[in-house]
Amino acid sequence: MTNEIKDSIKVRIRDLNLYYGNNHALHNINMDLHKNKITALIGPSGCGKSTFLRCLNRMNDLIRSVKVDGQVIIDEKNIYDKDVDEVAVRKRVGMVFQQPNPFPKSIYENVAYAPLKHGLIKKGHHCDDLVEKSLVQAGLWNEVKDKLKEPGTSLSGGQQQRLCIARTIAVQPDVILMDEPTSALDPISTEKIEALMLELKKKYTIIIVTHNMQQAGRIADYTAFFHLGDLIEYDETETIFINPSEKKTEDYITGRYG
Amino acid sequence: MRFLLMSAAAVSILTTFGVLFSILFEAIEFFQMRSFWYFISGIEWSPGVEDSKFGALPIFSGTFIITFIALSVALPIGLGSAIFMSEYASFSLRDKLKPLLEILAGIPTVVYGFFAAITVAPAIVSFFEIFGIHASFNSALASGIVMGIMIIPVISSLSDDVIRAVPDSQRKASLALGMTKSETIKAIVLPSALPGIISATLLGLSKALGETMIVVMAAGMRPNLSWNMLEDMTTVTVRIVDALVGDHEFDSPETLSAFALGLVLFAVTLVLNIVSVALIRKFKEKYKVNTL
Amino acid sequence: MTYFKSESSSVSKLSSSQKKIKTDNPFYDPSLQKRHAQARRFKFLTVASIIFAISFLVFFLGDMIVKGLPAFQQSYMLIDVTYNEKTVDSTRKAIDKKYRRIVSRSWLRDIPAMVEQDPSLMNTTQATWVLVNHQVDQYMKGHYYKIKNKYLNIVKEKQAVGELELRFNTIFFTHGDSKIPENSGIKSAIIGSILTLIVTMIIAFPLGVMTAVYLEEFAHDSYWTQLIEININNLAAIPSILFGLLGLAVFINLFGMPRSSPLVGGLTLALMTLPIIIVSARAALRSVPDSIRQAGYGLGLTKIQVVQDHVMPLAFPGIMTGSIIGLSQAMGETAPLIIIGMIAFIPDSPSSIFQAATVMPAQIFTWAGMPERAYIERTAAGIMVLLSILISLNALAIYLRKKFEVNW
Ligand SMILES: Nc1ncnc2c1ncn2[C@@H]1O[C@H](COP(=O)(O)OP(=O)(O)O)[C@@H](O)[C@H]1O
Ligand SMILES: [Mg+2]
Repeated sequence: MTNEIKDSIKVRIRDLNLYYGNNHALHNINMDLHKNKITALIGPSGCGKSTFLRCLNRMNDLIRSVKVDGQVIIDEKNIYDKDVDEVAVRKRVGMVFQQPNPFPKSIYENVAYAPLKHGLIKKGHHCDDLVEKSLVQAGLWNEVKDKLKEPGTSLSGGQQQRLCIARTIAVQPDVILMDEPTSALDPISTEKIEALMLELKKKYTIIIVTHNMQQAGRIADYTAFFHLGDLIEYDETETIFINPSEKKTEDYITGRYG
Repeated sequence: MRFLLMSAAAVSILTTFGVLFSILFEAIEFFQMRSFWYFISGIEWSPGVEDSKFGALPIFSGTFIITFIALSVALPIGLGSAIFMSEYASFSLRDKLKPLLEILAGIPTVVYGFFAAITVAPAIVSFFEIFGIHASFNSALASGIVMGIMIIPVISSLSDDVIRAVPDSQRKASLALGMTKSETIKAIVLPSALPGIISATLLGLSKALGETMIVVMAAGMRPNLSWNMLEDMTTVTVRIVDALVGDHEFDSPETLSAFALGLVLFAVTLVLNIVSVALIRKFKEKYKVNTL
Repeated sequence: MTYFKSESSSVSKLSSSQKKIKTDNPFYDPSLQKRHAQARRFKFLTVASIIFAISFLVFFLGDMIVKGLPAFQQSYMLIDVTYNEKTVDSTRKAIDKKYRRIVSRSWLRDIPAMVEQDPSLMNTTQATWVLVNHQVDQYMKGHYYKIKNKYLNIVKEKQAVGELELRFNTIFFTHGDSKIPENSGIKSAIIGSILTLIVTMIIAFPLGVMTAVYLEEFAHDSYWTQLIEININNLAAIPSILFGLLGLAVFINLFGMPRSSPLVGGLTLALMTLPIIIVSARAALRSVPDSIRQAGYGLGLTKIQVVQDHVMPLAFPGIMTGSIIGLSQAMGETAPLIIIGMIAFIPDSPSSIFQAATVMPAQIFTWAGMPERAYIERTAAGIMVLLSILISLNALAIYLRKKFEVNW
């Protein structure tokens, strides 16, 4: 492996298995996720996309019955090593959820909350700057700059989701995980968020779960197809959509099931 | 049949107004004999003597101090227990702990009173003796602490319910930002649950104000305008009992003073309850829960 | 590169293993240690509060048991008792003079009754196990006692030869209150409680269930029903002592019902129990699925028939559970009953709801205020009896709920 390729890989997943109690939900996943690219995870519902995504920032640790095997290596460090703190992992691997879930606080506090706790900034104009920068990056600034004190929950669904993205990038992560971030939104909001992701990938590595194949086609550089806990196929998006090597992938793409 | 059912339902209204009016009429009678103004601001309460006075301020202050002690015990412990049960304990552990705490609510108050008088009060006296401080055997502290323990489940049970009603998505959002569990609880969960927690506290407060047996058995009879928790103090409920079990004529100000005090108690607890219900309703609407 | 630079300044302070962790771990964040410590402290505080609450419960129950257990035993002494005309008349003379300060006055008082029951005792002298007074009893239990030396020696002699011993205290369960500690028992309070609670349930149960049925099945969401709902809620929050004021002003002074009677006590408690029954009955009715009602209507039944024959049987276990809980709360209630005079001294069990009576918690209250040490253990024993009944009632309620729990 040349250094160049190695540098372009942000996350390497090795022999990853996950069990919910006795339910073997992920089977031996091996995968390299590329830096500053958007990787889409597709597959029929219940195939383990969300579960896989949660492995990348150790959110699965919160579920009591979960047992994880294998390695998720970010920046040459397995995040499941004993000396890795899951809180530090989540600081560097942000997550955006399917349902927009802003805190019942002001727009400003929604963004400033985590950076303040992490000690990234102090209250005052640094904080104001960071809030502005994050909201600008999330493409929300112009819409909310006059009402930063209003509750985040007063925004529309699409705005709420962009607020959640602003909140995530305010922590300055390297990787952003998105679990069907637009499935609860209308087409116009969806379009805005897709545009935003294309902008964000310049700075961040983005992994997105989507059940909308057009979306994957529009924005993803790489696409992975999951089926019943197996990673069936993973390649450049074009290849997956035009020339998949697996029959299952083709069936799914062409809408034969799922 | 329908009419019969409706009249049954009317009984509850009748009762509330029955309580209100039976107290109100006798209280009015009292205030025809004694000044209302002196009642709420006077500092001397001396029934049964030649020139009897009915200034309830020392009674209110005693009630306030004992209630304050009770809440200082019940709020941190009740809330702490609620947080443990809703955020840290496993389902099975929580299912065991909650009924256990509710036993505390099921113990008759006369039992708490006995415990306060016979176990806690002497313990407080001997404890402060070590430091050469004199404490009364009827100290406000003893009844306050035991009363606090009595209202722990009032606060913990409702708080546990509201904390668990805070949507999980908010916890996940905070944890996904790299917050620790305690940061998430303090900064996200508790503020969301705050209306419910305040509501629970008001219910606890109302319960403490109206609590009778603990103070009758463990607090003093002496109206005492003092801040010292180690002194004996009396409360509204103690004086109500005292006024009514004595041998006074029913129409004497001595007896009727009980109704004046009762009216104050009724008004205060009613307001507390109304505010508490309103807060809970707000919380329910916000999170669209109807299990509370 | 700056990464290494900033780290190296503090590296010297760290052991080699820590240094290794730091340098090859991009997730190392020293500020997290403080935050995790904070998180642990916070969790510890919540654990500590629940442990405090639970251990209080344990300590408290333990304290009651330790204080109350001795009351279930009572000391008896084997002495000669002479039964004849003279001693029946003047019972003190039935025993040797030296025992007069040792034996219980109440036992002697009962001699005529004993002879009447068993005439063959007449004109005999029998070695009999005789109830001793509470001071000797306290001595036997190792508590503080006040006995003159002269008598104490006799007591010790008797104890040494096994003619003074502790036995199960039947008096506690077969007697009412008494000014003689060793003669006092909880029986009349239990009877008083039963009579009072019968009145309570006769009033509160039908009223509560009917109100619930009205609100759930018949009422439309109108101003009127809202008023009732708010009222029920407020009723539940009124301090119990104020119900005592109501009982005094309305039932006793206005209606002229007998003071201290289970009738007035039961009525007063009924009003307090009402909201508990209403709330639980409503919940039980609500949990019956609408499909049951629809099926009834489908058969052409009227609303009342549907409720009576189809809804009520299904809601009944839930209603029972709530009523038992209401009953157990009423059973422990003291304050309002004190106000209406149910703390009278009641040696004999009441036989009707119009007679003066006392109830268990009121008896506990009275005993708690007595100066003699023997009453303290009786208070605690009374508490044990009361708590056992309450716990059994609640266990029954939980059992009913579990047994009839249906998941629709
Ligand atoms: N919290 C959980 N506990 C137990 N099993 C779970 C949990 N979450 C998901 N699963 C199981 O894991 C499998 C994958 O689920 P998920 O990752 O949510 O699929 P997807 O996101 O692709 O729809 C499913 O079979 C689901 O039942
Ligand atoms: Mg999913």
